[in-house]
Amino acid sequence: MQSNANVLQVENIITRFNTQDGKVFAVNGISFDLKEGELLGVVGESGSGKSVTMMSLLKLLPMPPAEIVEGRALFENQDLIQMDLNQLRKIRGGKIGFIFQDPMTSLNPVLTVGYQLMEPMREHLGLSREEARKKAIELLDLVGIPMAQSRLKDFPHQFSGGMRQRVMIAIALACDPKVLIADEPTTALDVTIQAQILDIVKRLRKELGMAIIWITHDLGVVAGIADRVAVMYGGFIVEQAPVKKLYSTPKHPYTQGLLSTLPKLEGERTERLESIKGQPPDLHSIPDSCPFAPRCIHVSEKCQNENPRLEMMDPEHQVACWWNTEKENFST
Amino acid sequence: MNNSSETLLKVENLSKHFPITKGVFRRQVGTVKAVDGISFEIKERETLGLVGESGCGKSTAGRVILQLYPATSGNVVFRGVEITELSPEKLRLQRPKMQMIFQDPQDSLNPRMTVGDIIGEPIIEHQFHKGKERREKIEQLLKSVGLNPKYTNRYPHEFSGGQRQRIGIARALALNPDFIICDEPIAALDVSIQAQVVNLLEDLQDQLGLTYLFISHDLSMIRHIADRVAVMYLGVMVELASSKSLYGNPLHPYTQALLSAVPVHDPEKEQKRERIILQGDVPSPANPPSGCRFRTRCPIAESQCAEKIPEWREKKEGHWVACHKVT
Repeated sequence: MQSNANVLQVENIITRFNTQDGKVFAVNGISFDLKEGELLGVVGESGSGKSVTMMSLLKLLPMPPAEIVEGRALFENQDLIQMDLNQLRKIRGGKIGFIFQDPMTSLNPVLTVGYQLMEPMREHLGLSREEARKKAIELLDLVGIPMAQSRLKDFPHQFSGGMRQRVMIAIALACDPKVLIADEPTTALDVTIQAQILDIVKRLRKELGMAIIWITHDLGVVAGIADRVAVMYGGFIVEQAPVKKLYSTPKHPYTQGLLSTLPKLEGERTERLESIKGQPPDLHSIPDSCPFAPRCIHVSEKCQNENPRLEMMDPEHQVACWWNTEKENFST
Repeated sequence: MNNSSETLLKVENLSKHFPITKGVFRRQVGTVKAVDGISFEIKERETLGLVGESGCGKSTAGRVILQLYPATSGNVVFRGVEITELSPEKLRLQRPKMQMIFQDPQDSLNPRMTVGDIIGEPIIEHQFHKGKERREKIEQLLKSVGLNPKYTNRYPHEFSGGQRQRIGIARALALNPDFIICDEPIAALDVSIQAQVVNLLEDLQDQLGLTYLFISHDLSMIRHIADRVAVMYLGVMVELASSKSLYGNPLHPYTQALLSAVPVHDPEKEQKRERIILQGDVPSPANPPSGCRFRTRCPIAESQCAEKIPEWREKKEGHWVACHKVT
């Protein structure tokens, strides 16, 4: 399913918001690769910059206030960041699909589901109305919507939450994207419906073989579907590793903290939950120290003065943490 | 915690139906049976978890118990007092004993009131303390929820989500209640903050001898915090048991599916896990299925499930379930 070729190569994306209260440093130099057929999970809390990073790639942010200060995003030998809107429009919803968190606000309430499904296919693939209609029915079938043919003329409010999210997935898949970016696609759904959607995504990956970036705050969801996981905090990637490695040997104190705060569904019941003290970082200040330093249990002087870069612990595992790199130096 | 102690709250056959109206004359054309005959007890100093998906009626149940909505039928007995039939004035005298913490601290704190006024309002209303004594009480409450007592003159927007939830907790504690309904208190918070708030709630329970009804859709958190757990589906209760037996040996097919749908944060287990995937969506509570309400999505439903409403019975000691197929 996976090969080693990169479909997307993101280098040093910096995005800021220039607001009336000053600059907000939302994304502070994010780099990652996405391989063909890979599912990259991006985990982080609200304000960690995970959505802003992905929206920067396709310039889906209102500019101003948003400003992409720096960065490159190579997709099929072209830099997405340098493209003008006309060029980008050909890629958005075409070769790169996007699924948003809340299907009620991201579907147009006054257009039928069929119209919204057929529009990208007619726009990007140049299909005729009849061809697009046929493919739309196939797509709704694919994502498990019963009686697809008769539902094309229904409006979004006539669908339930889970069904609407399926429609969103169908729209994102309409033009056979090479990359699918899913921004918290199951967060607004109940667990039993989430299980249905995850099941569909797993199946579609096998059938269609596209690369997926899956943004979420739920470490359980990522554990089940991702090949590789990037953990974000305060606008930085603080750790990146293959999924099994990240969960079995987390290196960054934040990742360790997150995994230990979660209550378990099986096994011994913990008497008291571990907790990470303090609050998420204030993004108004210039990021010149480790963003996690005020909450970290291993903090040292260096952490306050210098921001650690993402370093290789081994070829697959990267961490941005002074405590780790120094520990490593001692042992070698 | 202490299972042999006395019953604090007894809910019997409680229902809440909302009318659906239509036209200029608000003619009633149907009813949404949000809560339809639930019964349970909560013991002193216990935490009862109430779980279910959105629309199952768990929040409505919490609000009807506190009489924030009048009950359609059924009884709520709090410390031997039947509160569904009390006059407004008598009910008001009961209020200090029963409080609530709401889901979204953003919406449940008045943005134009200072923190001191928010926490002080119930104290003034019930005339618990006056003047300097009241100020001291407010400061002490802030301290007990882990906030700086100097913050009394700040406004809610100056706090983060986790801190705002602490303010909501301080307000609920202001009248020294015995019983607190926590309605999804951590759902709006980030993962790293959730544990802080849950630990605070547990500490307060130990210090003050509180009893909680903890409403949540987060099954892992409920397992951590609750002594006993009740599962609701479409307005009715389908299973009620101690946390240990509910998670270790769930009897109702809905509980089993719900538990299997929760993702666990262990890739080895998660990628191998066999899931029970329920088909379809939760039906509308305005027109629930006949017989067992879960039958339309139940993997083991039979013809009798459509005909007869399953009886709410005690299958094993303390383990209640409503299902025809559980024998």
